[in-house]
This record gives sequence, C-alpha cells and structure tokens, in this order.
Amino acid sequence: MVAMAALPEDGAGELQDHFDQTIGHGRRIEPRDWMPDAYRASMIRQIAQHAHSEIIGMQPEGNWITRAPSLRRKAILIAKVQDEAGHGMYLYSAAETLGADRADLTAKLIGGRQKYSSIFNYPTLTYADVGVIGWLVDGAAICNQVPLCRSSYGPYGRAMVRICKEESFHQRQGYELLLTMMHGSAAQRAMVQDATDRFWWPSLMMFGPPDDQSPNTAQSMAWGIKRHTNDELRQRFVDMTVPQAEKLGVTLPDPELSWNAGRGHYDFGSVDWDEFMAVVKGNGPCNAQRIARRREADDEGAWVREAAAAHAAKRGARGVRGGGEPPREQGGSGGDRPPGPTRKDAA
Amino acid sequence: MEEPQVRSGWPLYEVFLRGKRGLNHVHVGSLHAADPQMALRHARDLYTRRNEGVSIWVVPAADITASSPDEKDPFFAPSGDKVYRHPTFYQLPDDIPHM
Repeated sequence: MVAMAALPEDGAGELQDHFDQTIGHGRRIEPRDWMPDAYRASMIRQIAQHAHSEIIGMQPEGNWITRAPSLRRKAILIAKVQDEAGHGMYLYSAAETLGADRADLTAKLIGGRQKYSSIFNYPTLTYADVGVIGWLVDGAAICNQVPLCRSSYGPYGRAMVRICKEESFHQRQGYELLLTMMHGSAAQRAMVQDATDRFWWPSLMMFGPPDDQSPNTAQSMAWGIKRHTNDELRQRFVDMTVPQAEKLGVTLPDPELSWNAGRGHYDFGSVDWDEFMAVVKGNGPCNAQRIARRREADDEGAWVREAAAAHAAKRGARGVRGGGEPPREQGGSGGDRPPGPTRKDAA
Repeated sequence: MEEPQVRSGWPLYEVFLRGKRGLNHVHVGSLHAADPQMALRHARDLYTRRNEGVSIWVVPAADITASSPDEKDPFFAPSGDKVYRHPTFYQLPDDIPHM
C-alpha cells in the first residue's frame, strides 16, 4: 500500500486504466490488485453488511431450536442455523482479503456502526415463521445473491457461489415445512397464513429502496458489484413467488397483486418505505434485542478466546509446533497432515 | 504481527481442500484459530459440512509468499513469447496418423 501511494500521478492513472479495463472485460479483481479506494471501501461495506446479516440472521430461527416440533425438524433447523454462521464466516474471510479486520467488523456491528439486513429485526412468533423465513426470506436472498456470484470482486463472488448452493436447501426445507403444515389442521393453516402476512412486505423490503431513491446503484453497477437494480430484483422475486403461494394455498397480503399481461409481470402494491427506514434506523421490533444478544455472545466467548490464545502461546513457548518436527501425539486423529515441501504428496 | 490481544490474537490460516481422491488441494478460504489443530477443526466445520473434502491443509497466511497479482507483471513475461512450447505451434500434414 505504501508503494502504491508513492507512485507518481501518471502511474496512478495507469493503474486506474488497468482496473477499468479489467472490469470492462468482465474479469475479476483479486485481493492484491490495485483498486480505487472508493471501490475497496464500498466492497468492504457491502461484504461486511452481508456477513453481519448472516450472523444476526441466526437469531430469529435459533429462537425455535429448543422448541422444534420433532427431532427431524430440530436437526434441519440446527443445520440451517449452522449454515448461516458458516456464511457469515465465508464473508468475513472475503472482507479480510480487502484489509478489513474481522474483530473490528464485529466491534462495528455491536457498536451499531455497521448495518445488517432489516428483515432480521422482525420477531419469529410461531414455528410457521421458520418455514416462511426459508420460503420468502431465503427466497429473496437467493434472488439478491445469485447475480452476486458474478461480482467483480473475486473472493466475494466465490463466497457467494458456496452460499447460493446452501441457500437452496434453506428455501426448500422452508417450503416443505409449510406444505406439511398446510396439509395439517385448520389451526396450522392459519399459522402459515399469519406468518406469510407478517413476512411478505418485509421480504420485499430486503431488495432495498426503489431505484429512484438508491443513489449508489449506478456506481455499483459500473463497478460490477451490483448486477441488477433493486426494483428489477424485487419484480423477479414477486414473479417467482406468486405461483409458489398459489400452490401452497396461501394468500399474499396485497390486494393490488395481479398479473399484468402487457408487462409480462405481476403488478403489486407499494411498499411502506417509512416502515423500512424506521427499521433501518434502529426502530424495528427487535433491533435492540438482536444487537444485545450479539454483544452478549461476544462477551460470553471472551474467556474462550483468551484461554485458547493462552494455550497456544504456552505450547509455542515450549516449542510445540514451533518449526521443528511436530510431536507424534498431536496428529493422532488427523492422519492426512499437509506434507512438508520435500516430502512426496502421498495422500 | 501485533501483540497478541484477546480479540485479534488468533492468526489467520488459509484453507485448502482436496475434494476427492485424485484431485489437488484447492484454496477455499481462510479462518482464524489459536493454533494449527484448532484451524484444522474449524476448517472441517466451516468448509466440509457437506462432504466437500477428504483432506484439509491449513497454512498460516503469514507464511505464504506470493507473486505480484498484476498479470501485466514482468514476472510472467518469460513465458509470454515462447509459442514453440505449445503443440499448436507445429504445422504438420493432416494425414500423419496418431499425432
């Protein structure tokens, strides 16, 4: 970075040209490439916000793990929440390739200085919410995320590929849960309808403000870190979801929802953007609770981090794994140790 | 590296996975861990939840020496002008069998 900053004016122009050409040819920017400061900052913000959303997103569903209706549903839900943690980790890993520090990002999250998706500030009131989150919230996330697999920033695009594969399980388990409930009692069907009513509009808000109120969209699209506008993605989601709702037998809570043959799309009512802004600004039903829980988890984990670091330091001081041959008892369970540079790759 | 703190004292490890026997290990991402054994366990939990790997390497990120990322870099120039290293450089009649 120091060397970059010291470059003469014309050198910087050349770097900018090379960056622009890479983007222009649809090629990827990789971690140690030169990039404009604004691109780096924008990428860090986007990835961090996404990572935080995955981590906070563990809470609404994690709420139901201890009260899952069967062992099967419990195992599925645990796996799903564990995936959300994994997605957060993939993304923090990508953010770190840009020079961000993971601990610093967590500090910014619990300090309220970085945001996460507004959807996770709504409560989960019944087990049907677990299904509706899988169907609608993860469905909307997939709509948002599939194009991001082609993000111009390599590590982000690669993380998104992994995430999208796993999100597909999330959406399907949610829809299957709802189908099961819809084949159950009248009370269960009512729960599904109620959950749909509560999550439909917040799901549409997940795509962000309308295009004419989204000042960063043009720059983000020019940089290849956003591939479609908010309104395009929202429309795509509505078009995908309406037939799924019909199959399920629930009513989407929007009287203006109707097929427009002329446009080849569904028309739908307008989102309550005042509510969206209120939730983004911290005044949603669960904002304070989500952050408090995240801070609590961070505090409760402090002694573990400290103990592990002390343990590693002690072993380091004793010369264990300190550059010589590692002691035999260490590899007992592993077996396939990375071979040293001179050893044949025999694995 | 900085003085080990509670927060950022865990070093960064890069993770490489062998998807199945017969394939090379491929870089999949990174994670933080207090020591290599922990890095290996975390890598298993993070990167192989769905049988994505049969073998894992973890390498302290600080120990990796890398070339300059810029593909225009003269570091790779020596291979740029040696077209005769490729089979397509050689013009042969079409009727030579098994070539």
